Amino acid sequence: MTATPTPAGPAGAGAASPTPLLRLDNVDTFYGPIHILQGVTLEVMPGELVSLLGGNASGKSTTLKTALGLVRPRTGTVSIAGEDVTTRTTSYRIAKGLAIVPENRRLFAPMTVLENLEMGAYLHGSPTKEDFERVYTLFPRVYERRSQLAGTLSGGEQQMVAVGRALMCRPRLLLMDEPSMGLAPILVEKSFEIIQQVHEAGVAMLIVEQNANMALSIADRGYVLSTGRIVLQGTAAMLLADDDLKKAYLGR
Amino acid sequence: MVPGCSAARDHTFLLLVDQFIQTIVDSVTLGSVYALIALGYSMVYGILKLLPFAHGDVFMVGSFIGLGVLKAFGGAANPTISIWLVLVLMALAAMAGCAVLGVAVERFAYRPLRNAPRIAPLISALGTSFFIAYSMQLLFGANHRTYDTFTMAGGKLFLSGITWGPLHVSLVRIIVVVVAVVMMVVLWLLVSRTRMGKAMRATSFDREAAMMMGVDVDKVIVFTFVLGSALAGIGGVLFSLRTDVYSQMGFLAGLSGFTAAVIGGIGSVPGAMLGGYLLGLVETVTQTYISTGWSNLFIFSILVAFMLIRPSGILGKAEIKKV
Repeated sequence: MTATPTPAGPAGAGAASPTPLLRLDNVDTFYGPIHILQGVTLEVMPGELVSLLGGNASGKSTTLKTALGLVRPRTGTVSIAGEDVTTRTTSYRIAKGLAIVPENRRLFAPMTVLENLEMGAYLHGSPTKEDFERVYTLFPRVYERRSQLAGTLSGGEQQMVAVGRALMCRPRLLLMDEPSMGLAPILVEKSFEIIQQVHEAGVAMLIVEQNANMALSIADRGYVLSTGRIVLQGTAAMLLADDDLKKAYLGR
Repeated sequence: MVPGCSAARDHTFLLLVDQFIQTIVDSVTLGSVYALIALGYSMVYGILKLLPFAHGDVFMVGSFIGLGVLKAFGGAANPTISIWLVLVLMALAAMAGCAVLGVAVERFAYRPLRNAPRIAPLISALGTSFFIAYSMQLLFGANHRTYDTFTMAGGKLFLSGITWGPLHVSLVRIIVVVVAVVMMVVLWLLVSRTRMGKAMRATSFDREAAMMMGVDVDKVIVFTFVLGSALAGIGGVLFSLRTDVYSQMGFLAGLSGFTAAVIGGIGSVPGAMLGGYLLGLVETVTQTYISTGWSNLFIFSILVAFMLIRPSGILGKAEIKKV
């Protein structure tokens, strides 16, 4: 794959494109002695929906954690809206407009749905009425369940709360780690509908997914990770048509 | 049936009832202090999964700060200002001083070891406990002192209070219980209503997920130590209104508070309160009906029993391993 809509590295930096919301530049990440990410370069432009595909242990979650600052890269830089945040804390990056729907949702089970939403708005101090309205309009179900403990909700409802919680911090870029994981097939579709809805509201997204077909069907662009390297990138249409990808990930 | 005999029996029965009620009152007084200590243990464990064994010594320092303030205002019998105001100042100074001490202990004894194997901060906590206890012994000697509560306001703290038939609940007990309960209510509101309190609960449940919300975990930890240590500080003052002040008092008090936290379910705030009162009950009931010498044996047997049978405590939840 060569034809990419955005520059893939220093070599392609000729065209004056708008500043990406998120850019990982040549990032190397280690867990102890284990080399996880190897020279990963990736961008998400404002308003874009980007899928990050790959099998187990390919480094997808680590990429998100590196973007958020939960893991620090050994070399390379992470920037948000043009600002180098490589040495900044997670809370700084969230204040800059990042939010995440973590793998397995990670709701605060002993707290109410409302409190979970409030935690999402943690950096704003006290969330406004509009913040709640936005989530409740998107998910009327969350409103119904607002005083219930998050741990008592069904998987689909938890997913809605997790997305709602992330939206509470008014993100410019939403990271989603395996949104379809652990959901019944019918809920997987629902989950992708939700993603599209949020995207249409103007939030850029970076989605990590095992379900490549589904992920590419709604994405603008995609990256494919394999053992810590980006092996393929391009528009969603190009990736969907790629023979190697079909064999390796799409199961066709 | 001789009428006199029945009256005597009634009298004996009434005495037993009296004794029982008095025991309950005692247990609530003692339990209040244990609950205050247990809360610190439980909150810190909830956040850091660390047992802060220096917590009992923070409690002891609180008791000493109270004594210092009392002495600074001329002592119990002839204070330079109103004794009630002195008592309030003692409590506030102990809370503030212990909060600072607690934060310092966290900063220097626990934080550098946060990513070390769990045994390391535990040993550090034990070392800090001895360090504080023996520093105080070096500074102030090993002798027992008292607040001389008997001489405060002409003995009013003990003589007045609620009298109901043969039952007498002294003012000092009422003060201890009411102040402790007020503190716990304030803590409850802080933890359940405020932004920082919610961050604390979130961090306690899932630290990484809390970080993903933008929570600065270091701040939450400092906040936790401020709360826990301030409660221990005021607990020290309340405790010493009725007993001695000495440098080694933190050991047993801390261990009792820890036991209370385990019984109630370590990591759980209501659990710590419940555990404190239950422990107070066990201790006073043993002392009244069995023997004073046996009470600690009972307390720590219960600790062992809970560790073996229900390590998550009464209100605690069994730990679910997250993969």
